[in-house]
Amino acid sequence: MIPASFAYARPTTVDEALQAIAAGGEDVKILAGGQSLIPVMRLRLAAPETVVDITRVTELRGVREDGDSLVIGAMTTHHDVITDPLIAQYGKLIAEATETVADPAVRHRGTFGGALVHADPAGDLPAVALALDAEFVIAGLGGARRTVPATEFFVDYLTTALADGELLVEVRVPKLGSDWGVRYEKFNRVAQAWSIVAVAAAVRREGSRITEARIGLTNMGSTPIRARAVEAALVGADVSLETVTAAAAQAAEGTEPSSDLNAQADYRQHLARVLTRRAVTAAAGL
Amino acid sequence: MTLTEDPSTATPDAPAKEVGSARLRKEDARLITGKTTWTDNMVLPGMLYMSVLRSPIAHATISNLDVSAAKDRPNVVAVYTGQDFKDEQGSIPCAWPVTPDMVNPGHPSIAVDSVNHVGEAVAIVVARSRTAAVDAVEAIDVDYEPLPVVLDMEEAVKEGSALVHDHTESNTSYHFVFDAGEAGTGTDTDAAFDAAEVVVSRRFVQQRLIPAFMEPRSVVVGVTGDNYTLWSATQIPHILRVMAALTTGIPEHKLRVIAPDVGGGFGGKLQVNPEEILALLIARRLGKPIKWTETRSESLMTAHHGRDQVQFIDVAADREGNVKGLRVRLLADMGAYLRLITPGVPALGAFMFPGIYKFPAYRFECDGVFTNKVPTDAYRGAGRPEATFAIERIMDELAVELSMDPMELRRKNWINAEEFPFTTVAGLSYDSGDYEQATQAALELLGYDELRAEQARRRESGDPVQLGIGISTFTEMCGLAPSRVLGSLSFGAGGWEQASIRMLPTGKVEVVTGSTPHGQGHETAWSQIVADELGVPFDDVEVLHGDTAVSARGLDTYGSRSLVVGGTAVVKAAEKVVAKARKVAAHLLEASEDDLEFSGGRFSVKGTPGAGLAIQEIALAIFASHDYPEGIEPSIDAEAAFDPTNFSFPHGTHLCAMEVDTDTGFVKIRKYACVDDIGNIVNPIIVEGQMHGGLAQGISQALYEEAIYDADGNLTTGTFVDYLVPSAMDLPHFDTGNTTHAAPDNPLGAKGVGEAGCIASTPAVVNAALDAVRHLGVKDILMPMTPERVWRAIHQGGDGGARAAEGSNAYGGARTTESGIEEAAK
Repeated sequence: MIPASFAYARPTTVDEALQAIAAGGEDVKILAGGQSLIPVMRLRLAAPETVVDITRVTELRGVREDGDSLVIGAMTTHHDVITDPLIAQYGKLIAEATETVADPAVRHRGTFGGALVHADPAGDLPAVALALDAEFVIAGLGGARRTVPATEFFVDYLTTALADGELLVEVRVPKLGSDWGVRYEKFNRVAQAWSIVAVAAAVRREGSRITEARIGLTNMGSTPIRARAVEAALVGADVSLETVTAAAAQAAEGTEPSSDLNAQADYRQHLARVLTRRAVTAAAGL
Repeated sequence: MTLTEDPSTATPDAPAKEVGSARLRKEDARLITGKTTWTDNMVLPGMLYMSVLRSPIAHATISNLDVSAAKDRPNVVAVYTGQDFKDEQGSIPCAWPVTPDMVNPGHPSIAVDSVNHVGEAVAIVVARSRTAAVDAVEAIDVDYEPLPVVLDMEEAVKEGSALVHDHTESNTSYHFVFDAGEAGTGTDTDAAFDAAEVVVSRRFVQQRLIPAFMEPRSVVVGVTGDNYTLWSATQIPHILRVMAALTTGIPEHKLRVIAPDVGGGFGGKLQVNPEEILALLIARRLGKPIKWTETRSESLMTAHHGRDQVQFIDVAADREGNVKGLRVRLLADMGAYLRLITPGVPALGAFMFPGIYKFPAYRFECDGVFTNKVPTDAYRGAGRPEATFAIERIMDELAVELSMDPMELRRKNWINAEEFPFTTVAGLSYDSGDYEQATQAALELLGYDELRAEQARRRESGDPVQLGIGISTFTEMCGLAPSRVLGSLSFGAGGWEQASIRMLPTGKVEVVTGSTPHGQGHETAWSQIVADELGVPFDDVEVLHGDTAVSARGLDTYGSRSLVVGGTAVVKAAEKVVAKARKVAAHLLEASEDDLEFSGGRFSVKGTPGAGLAIQEIALAIFASHDYPEGIEPSIDAEAAFDPTNFSFPHGTHLCAMEVDTDTGFVKIRKYACVDDIGNIVNPIIVEGQMHGGLAQGISQALYEEAIYDADGNLTTGTFVDYLVPSAMDLPHFDTGNTTHAAPDNPLGAKGVGEAGCIASTPAVVNAALDAVRHLGVKDILMPMTPERVWRAIHQGGDGGARAAEGSNAYGGARTTESGIEEAAK
């Protein structure tokens, strides 16, 4: 299929990008890796007036440390995330989830920020970002920057807190040290497919006790969801298969997953419980 | 197997014998690196592009169709509707009227007054660029008056059902019967069932599948005066030429069809496509070259689908497990129209339901049923996978009923090696084989006993991951086909194949084949055959195909026929070349023909060492023709046609070990082992490739693929997001092996391998999953065995039930709705 015609801008700096977005008219789409936008345009589900291609905005690429945080540039490709040494040390949950994204071709083009801004609840990174309480650094015209917490960033299906004219520049996540165990437990039918359900789990242990737990659910609603009841049940618990299983049984509480040809809602809720048990079991080192 | 040259051969460049050596495919370098001209790469001066507006409604009357705005769009040359072609488009041909009273409602290439499936062509824009054509399609305004939609075959055949075609009496196209008792090949079926101690009856569903070839369909028509050249990504340039000439009225000798390199087909390009006819009609009207290349969405929606049967099967047996009778009743979904061999696909299956077993009685009935869906037609195996699935599934069910080991039951009933050739209850003469030998080899490859022990351990310990082993001992009919047999089945053509060999002055060889490849590796295999037959180097052979001006006669590639029939034609042509060359050699060597030996490409005189001529020298001599025998023509080129006297019958034993996660329903193939007897092997690498691809497709039917329509007749699985095709990541290592019983009915001894993996594997996989969870009360699971279906079957009983018809929400849930492809309301 061929996209409808559109105007095209290819800025090289964030400022230029913001100006191009502002000048782009009513319906502007930002092209990051293009792995979701291009198919949608080819299917003519989207027909933007202007496409602002930010693949040459090099300042948005790369991973750095800032105190207790990792700062991931929005245009860092999935491949670069997976192979980054800082991510390997402090962001294993991100690496594990990113490795499951689609296939090598997609991971070489697709970007960390693009996947988050697309806000597909079946995408793997939103639930990870939510579980980690990521902070989204957003630039607006004139250089204004604001920071939005993950709990406020994902608003609805394919909808984020980004306002018209804004651009996601980087994402800050807490560094997780060696006292944390993580697991991204993904369930899909074929390797390159979206998650039917997935669970992102990060668990901090002190001896036999769980002191912190962060659980994010992929594709269990119109946005990524925190499994707060599971987290609450885990914190302070002695690590055992029984306590983890009991906590995971609450994974589907408050979720309203969709029904589609891969899974009906009740089956998705069942999967959420099973996968949460598996993810936490692995993350807790059982 | 690794992709290296066979070390057993003399040297990599010149093995002692080419046939049987693991030559790398000579066509692959250009195919893989794109150094070839696919149809969509063709550009002709002044070429125009067509884009098709397709119906978003499954069944409706077209009440208003306004193309005026589209005509005003930039770079638009013309916009056509069905009204423009209703008097000249004729009907897409159906070459297989399986019964004398079969109802064929006619198949317009473009809808005139009504539409009968989503995706049917409604209007066509012709523009100076593809983009302009696609844009202008959006400016066409159509009003539809919806009619009742017929989707479910079991409802469609009931009295009072809404009709797909209002000018037909019912939705049944035909009722085809094969009764072995009446045919004289078996005893009375009803009597067999009346007397049986045990009867097992099942209803199996063959879901609808999409061939999903890699290269989308593409058509280019060139115009030179009143001559037309049709380039098409087709499997069947020869058949297409005849059919397109008959349909459009373009005289056959004014129409040349070229299938350049073609990227896969799986039967999906064994078709006369509406767009091929429309491109010809438009090129004729405008006098301009025209191109159409489908999008992937168009391909999934409008290229013909495959399978889609409801199978009612009964088997009769005694308590000891001796089968006594087989009864099959099919409902076969034709879709909205009959295309090239739509009605014949399920009918072909009639002959394969008895499988490898000695049923004394057999009756087969099939109703072809119209629904408001895209037509079905050939898809890898075409009739035989459906039959194999049903018989191999119900043999397991019978084993359960009798508390017998499923392999023991098969062994008790299959044809023994010493009984070949064996005439089956369906009237076929199975040529050669040894089911016991293949089975023993497969059991060893799998490590059957160890896996059975592990299965028992897991069952005993209540492991959440259960293990099962599935069996499929299959045969198939290949080498389509003896022309007289096709005639007796009312098929509209023969089953012969043609080849010619041209000896060039420099000693190089051109082989022209009527078997048109679309990825199989004919160029390599044919070169190996000719290298051996003529004693010329493998690299000196060029294989020409796919152009009706070069290869005038041929019947193309499908039904695992190319090597068996087309390869044999090459052998016959080579024999003629040698015979003609022998006369010239005898003349030049001043020897009697009888005193000449031909070996290694050289004629030598018996008893006269050193006196001889290479066939290349003879080729040059006859090119010069200064000195050749009187009374013969100055050429050693030759042509041959071969009409097989029988089908060939590959067989094999396929074993699948399957892990089932009872917590999630996820199934994982632990090990897959198969031993196939495909007769003599020309190239083991090509065989291995065909097996792997076939296995992937057969396994995929069991686990992944299904074309799903929603209640309105929209194709939910309209993109590869929802129509799941596996990758190497999702498939296991395949342990493959062969036994060899040469096919007695062709000089190559080849049986065909193109469809074996696809036919055999599906029931092995389903049987394996059921074997893993049968002790939990599961009796059947519908295909594809999605994790959800497996989980529901284990925990809620039943067969897993219907899947939700909603597409997944990836890409915003791309699927067909009222304006084509649109965002699903979420």
